[in-house]
Amino acid sequence: MSQEVENIQPSYPLFRNDEYKESLANKREAYEERHPQEKIDEVFQWTTTKEYQEVNFNREALTVNPAKACQPLGAVLCALGFEKTMPYVHGSQGCVAYFRTYFNRHFKEPVACVSDSMTEDAAVFGGQKNMMAGLENAKALYKPEIIAVSTTCMAEVIGDDLNAFINNAKNAGHIEQDFPTPYAHTPSFVGSHTTGWDNMFEGMLKYFTLNHMDDKKVGSNGKINLVPGFETYLGNFRVMHRMMKEMGVDYSLLSDPSEVLDTPADGTFRLYSGGTTQAEVKDAPNAIDTLLLQPWQLDKTKKYVQNIMHQPATAINIPMGLEWTDEFLMKVSELTGKPIPASLELERGRLVDMMTDSHTWLHGKKFSLYGDADFVMGMTKFLLEVGAEPADVLCNHANKRWAKAMDKMLKASPYGQKTEVHIGKDLWHFRSLVFTNKPDFMIGNSYGKFIQRDTLYKGEEFEVPLIRIGFPIFDRHHLHRMTTLGYEGAIYMLTTLVNAVLEQLDKETRGMGTTDYNYDLVR
Amino acid sequence: MALRQCAIYGKGGIGKSTTTQNLVSALAELGNKVMIVGCDPKADSTRLILHAKAQTTIMSLAAEAGSVEDLELEDVLKVGYGGIKCVESGGPEPGVGCAGRGVITAINFLEEEGAYDDELDFVFYDVLGDVVCGGFAMPIRENKAQEIYIVCSGEMMAMYAANNIAKGIVKYANSGSVRLAGLICNSRETAREDELISALAAKIGTTMIHFVPRDNVVQRAEIRRMTVIEYEPQAKQADEYRQLAIKIRDNKNFIIPTPITMDELEELMMEFGIIDQEDESIIGITAAAEATA
Repeated sequence: MSQEVENIQPSYPLFRNDEYKESLANKREAYEERHPQEKIDEVFQWTTTKEYQEVNFNREALTVNPAKACQPLGAVLCALGFEKTMPYVHGSQGCVAYFRTYFNRHFKEPVACVSDSMTEDAAVFGGQKNMMAGLENAKALYKPEIIAVSTTCMAEVIGDDLNAFINNAKNAGHIEQDFPTPYAHTPSFVGSHTTGWDNMFEGMLKYFTLNHMDDKKVGSNGKINLVPGFETYLGNFRVMHRMMKEMGVDYSLLSDPSEVLDTPADGTFRLYSGGTTQAEVKDAPNAIDTLLLQPWQLDKTKKYVQNIMHQPATAINIPMGLEWTDEFLMKVSELTGKPIPASLELERGRLVDMMTDSHTWLHGKKFSLYGDADFVMGMTKFLLEVGAEPADVLCNHANKRWAKAMDKMLKASPYGQKTEVHIGKDLWHFRSLVFTNKPDFMIGNSYGKFIQRDTLYKGEEFEVPLIRIGFPIFDRHHLHRMTTLGYEGAIYMLTTLVNAVLEQLDKETRGMGTTDYNYDLVR
Repeated sequence: MALRQCAIYGKGGIGKSTTTQNLVSALAELGNKVMIVGCDPKADSTRLILHAKAQTTIMSLAAEAGSVEDLELEDVLKVGYGGIKCVESGGPEPGVGCAGRGVITAINFLEEEGAYDDELDFVFYDVLGDVVCGGFAMPIRENKAQEIYIVCSGEMMAMYAANNIAKGIVKYANSGSVRLAGLICNSRETAREDELISALAAKIGTTMIHFVPRDNVVQRAEIRRMTVIEYEPQAKQADEYRQLAIKIRDNKNFIIPTPITMDELEELMMEFGIIDQEDESIIGITAAAEATA
């Protein structure tokens, strides 16, 4: 049973050996009190029915895989996008381990983030002592130029006051008075990771601009500010830089972690790399306008931009797909007076060419999708543009206004007439929908793979393959480096979607002498 | 006039809610636009204004709706006597959950929904007995209440609580702009009560802003779920609350308190005969032991 040094096998296929099979079966028999297989199958089949779906959708007290994460996770990502910034989470240590591993698994990169490790005594006496020691230690050890403070549930439940604690730490000399310490209260039990991103970003703007507005004048630096929101496709940061440069637009991308989350293996460890500079944040109120690339998740930021920075925060949609990228570029052009360059027109033309090339394969294909509000909306829009039919569209953290906007968009397209939009629902609801409304494909993060497994168990003809676009993607490598925004992003998404369709068709048509009359070389 | 936000603290049962509602009615009578935010799971901070048993609270509505994000301001904000806006944060039954978090959630909700509009002159937070956790300190965080009034009386535990609250204020005053604005003595008719509270106020660096005498009309009004101002506007007690209101309106004496030590407090109480000189020879001696001695 033991492994041989010269032939170490991973759990698969090792556990498929007879001796392991026997051992696992014995264990099941002797200790697991397992129901008979027929009973399990009977319940399984029941969970795939319309009848079960009704029960499932009437579920009140339980959430099964909510398809969202918690506020401080978003706050940490936001903080990572600023130059030499250490995300600092006031609260319990385990939460921070979770944020770090979550990002590790997605980005395959180390993620710097500290906690002030509140324990039982801090829960009783308040976390001020932890804050004082934590700020002093974090600064001394990691030499950041900004410490961006957010909170876990523990600190929020006992009501720790970040503003007071940070000021007290400064007054007591633990860190200098002028050391930048933007902060945001990020209770995990309110909203989602996107709320946390928004809160931290507002905290960042507040710290660097709120008390320095006197000498600021909208439009005086001639720039456009771009706010990405909770964005995990590194290519999306890069494509924004590229498009703005090609347009000759002066801009600030406010929060850009694309360097620190993609450092090279060249022998030098980079704790910090790249990121938006303090100077850019301070200069943000002087810009012509601030465009929110994921407007459905940036409520507080929008209010701040409008009320404090006195910029219009001109409404845009996420620049995803053809039309909304057009709109975005035209808006930037309108605001800055810079024309859209030939290079971007060429890129657009290529996208349109690709869309027509692939359209026969995508037309009428049914896709069900889930994820963050803006991503899901942009993806739906793009599906409609290529003539695919969104079946069920699910977003846990979106609000009713979002659902209305989605319905309006869907009703305006011949391909969206049958689409159903679901808010406040989780992936167990989604699983029901995948069985009953059987789409051709799912689009979403890695968690969808378990739904795919379940559909296959029902029978090969019921299998719904997962196309991995979203966050997190833990089980495929390097997809986070791709692009989903702009024409470039649409090109990537189109390539991914159409090839998934073709893969599936190949899979279904490679039956020797049965279906292989359509197992074609040319598609 | 810029919005003034005031928090009322004090020992449990001292009469914070009654005093606050009478004071706020008097301010409204003077033409001020006022809002009361009840920060106590008991939710009895607005009943005299609304003539209600207990106002439906933000937290109970949120629990019903599933989440506080599903609420609208008009669901939770009621208008009562004198146009006074009333909100109760609410919270759990005794023994379960976290009442402090309820206060945080409620105040965040009010801020986000724009309850603090430009027309308001005053917001009063009526806070549960002791500042027992960060949640109950929420009203005195930065950009919220800047003035704190402590309701107390000449009883030992009330003074002890007042001094403790002053200690709490120091923590927040050093990092922000919250200040102690005075003690309100709600009389229990103990001996030399006004002098005693004035002396205590002086020791912690503030003043006794008003001495509210005891008067049965308060109870008579209360069983009718009314303030004295509304129930019997010509009563002498109504004038006391009006004086308190005017003094608070004109108050400019905002300080960082200098709480005193337990020994100093005991000394003060001995001076006024509230407690006797400690006789260390009797400590730990049972009645039986005393009898045989």
